[in-house]
Amino acid sequence: MVDTLVIPILKILIVLNATLVAVTYMVLLERKVIAWAQSRLGPMRVGPYGILQPVADAVKLMIKEDITPTRADKWVFTAAPIISMVPALIVYAVIPFGPEVNLFGRRVTLFITDVNVGLLYIVSVASVGVYGIILAGYASNSKFPLLASLRASAQLISYEVAVTLTLVSVILMAGSLSMVSIVRAQESSHLWYAFVQPLAFGIFVIGSLAETNRAPFDMPEAEQELTGGFHTEYSGMRFALFFLAEYANMIVVSSVATTLFLGGWLRPFPSVAMLSVLDVVPSWTWFLIKSFLFLYFFIWIRATLPIANLVVTGIVKVVLL
Amino acid sequence: MGEAIAFYFIAACILGFAVLVISTKDTVHSVLFLVLDFLFVAALYVLLGAAFLAAIQILVYAGGIVVLYLFVVMLVNLKRPPEAHSDPHRQTRLGFGMAAAVIVELGAVALYSTGKPVVPLASAATAAIPVSGNTEQVGWLLYTSYLIPFEIASMLLLVAMIGAIVLAKREL
Repeated sequence: MVDTLVIPILKILIVLNATLVAVTYMVLLERKVIAWAQSRLGPMRVGPYGILQPVADAVKLMIKEDITPTRADKWVFTAAPIISMVPALIVYAVIPFGPEVNLFGRRVTLFITDVNVGLLYIVSVASVGVYGIILAGYASNSKFPLLASLRASAQLISYEVAVTLTLVSVILMAGSLSMVSIVRAQESSHLWYAFVQPLAFGIFVIGSLAETNRAPFDMPEAEQELTGGFHTEYSGMRFALFFLAEYANMIVVSSVATTLFLGGWLRPFPSVAMLSVLDVVPSWTWFLIKSFLFLYFFIWIRATLPIANLVVTGIVKVVLL
Repeated sequence: MGEAIAFYFIAACILGFAVLVISTKDTVHSVLFLVLDFLFVAALYVLLGAAFLAAIQILVYAGGIVVLYLFVVMLVNLKRPPEAHSDPHRQTRLGFGMAAAVIVELGAVALYSTGKPVVPLASAATAAIPVSGNTEQVGWLLYTSYLIPFEIASMLLLVAMIGAIVLAKREL
């Protein structure tokens, strides 16, 4: 009873809540880091150093008026934010935060489930998330969101191919689609796959920037040309759902990158016995540290690079023609 | 018991959404019901223990092909009312004809299969497979028993791909 029902439900609750808190604080971190990169202070008013800013943001978004345009397709307009948020959250079901550990006298695995087709599950659930963007643009019944959503979905679909092909290299190395087995395979081969497959890792990082609509691939949210993007007509909590989905997706891709290429929950140099003193740090901490570094890298890129609309298309043209 | 309830629920959802796909007036809504239908088909695969097939079903159909349907539907202007046809009952007659054909076909299959002994296909197939795990089993079968159909299907896809490129790009 406890093992089959209580513990899984507790795990799901903890992972969902931790994700949502992480997402809101991710927004604050991004604002802070970009502010520091531009010699500003960033949010400072709410709480010491602005650490309660996400709470204020959440309250503001929830009490704002929720407007549905009169000519909008009501059902689809309501469903679109949900469609983009749900896939971003259910992906966490197969992400391994750590191995089996002893917790209060029980053996508890630090992942919700480990299915045989884990990686394929992540890819397929992520591919459903595209609908949220397309439908938001369509249902708004407005020109600019429609153009932005076509742009965004074209970008998502085309980069999905590149990202999925890099995953194939990892599957071939590990000989399994299960996320836990992939980490175990890295443990037994004494190497993180980022060092074995550097090209795949590089393409995955670039592709995941595009998949999450992040700078320098944030053409779908071009304020100059499209008055904001596919969520122009959304307000209040529905807009917040799109916003949160974007950040939840960022955490998903950094967790996936950590698991596939950076050894998941393994400590640095897992086979060097001299460093076994590092084992005092719990395994899930290593996972969180690596994911955090990846997220920081995302913010860093955004603070450093301009929108590479012309740069990227230029590079593509030079390489292909 | 629980499995039976799940099956009948999923089957009812699949049929219900399939009816909605063809009965909805708005084409985009119809495409959305098609996505829901595919998701429930994937759930049916999960119920059968075919996790690999379920993931591929979502990835290829729900995540890939229907997105293209949606693109086409959104880019083609369907707000225009349909042209009035001289014979308003043409569709009804065509529909009854098609339905009769399907019923005859199903009846023929049922008649043909009643006389035959039931072969436990799944257990017969898995007995010879030396690997465990759903993905591994699918791969094993594709590269042993079904190698030639698999390769022919891949050739067909390759030809279709080359054909699409030739049609889309006038000057190569």
